[in-house]
Amino acid sequence: MLVLSAFAAGLLFGLGLIVSQMVNPAKVLAFLDVTGSWDPSLAFVMVGATAASAIGYAVANSPGIPVLGDRLEIPNRRDFDARLIGGAALFGIGWGLVGLCPGPAVVMLPFGLWQGSAFVVAMLAGMGLFAALRSAKAGSSSREVGV
Amino acid sequence: MTDFTPASALAGGLLIGTSASLLLILNGRIAGISGIVAGLFRRDLREVSWRAAFVVGVLLAPLVYGVLFGPLPPVTFNSSAGVIVAAGLLVGFGTRLGSGCTSGHGVCGISRGSPRSLVATGVFMITALITVLVTRHLMGH
Repeated sequence: MLVLSAFAAGLLFGLGLIVSQMVNPAKVLAFLDVTGSWDPSLAFVMVGATAASAIGYAVANSPGIPVLGDRLEIPNRRDFDARLIGGAALFGIGWGLVGLCPGPAVVMLPFGLWQGSAFVVAMLAGMGLFAALRSAKAGSSSREVGV
Repeated sequence: MTDFTPASALAGGLLIGTSASLLLILNGRIAGISGIVAGLFRRDLREVSWRAAFVVGVLLAPLVYGVLFGPLPPVTFNSSAGVIVAAGLLVGFGTRLGSGCTSGHGVCGISRGSPRSLVATGVFMITALITVLVTRHLMGH
């Protein structure tokens, strides 16, 4: 059941990205081009998405939720660190270079465009690089503790 | 140059937010795409299976859209291969370092009032705006 509900959520998510045209890099770049030929459409995506998502978070702490899952997994950190700021800054540069963020990049794969596929391969490589650096760092610091 | 399409943007946004609400209420999980994609490579099958199902749903969306609504909307790239690879690397690395992207921080985080997500969204919006300003206007293409 967890798999079916996740599948349904993924399908809705993908449909939303296509209906809203978030999937079109030219549309995203036009939204970010406030000093040029600005197209503010995607601000309406944020309004609709946060409004509909807020309903879920408003009822999330009611009894019986999650309906299918065993527990709620909502991040509860409230601190700001260099990782959060630096990561968001790098992500924004990548988003602004091409106009693709992770969701639209995935939903674009079946469109069969080389640009979308190349972006996803590079994105997975970037995620893999982060995981490799993190485990290398964890390994070296545990060795230091050992010494 | 693209046309102003507030109605379809709002409708698409409502679908995205409904998806996030469903995943939270039914599964108890955040609909953050970068985290879901990165989580596909974990070893715990129970953690991988729902993420894989979510991604399969996203991948089938173009087909379902075609059946329900007709031809897919236009998709236009204006970037060279080198820029696309560099941007993909930055998006992949940056979203893992910063623990989220447009969906996890921008939609889910903001809608629950998370201070970390508000800051992250502000930062990635600013660097994206600066990047477009520099590449489109200051570098002159």
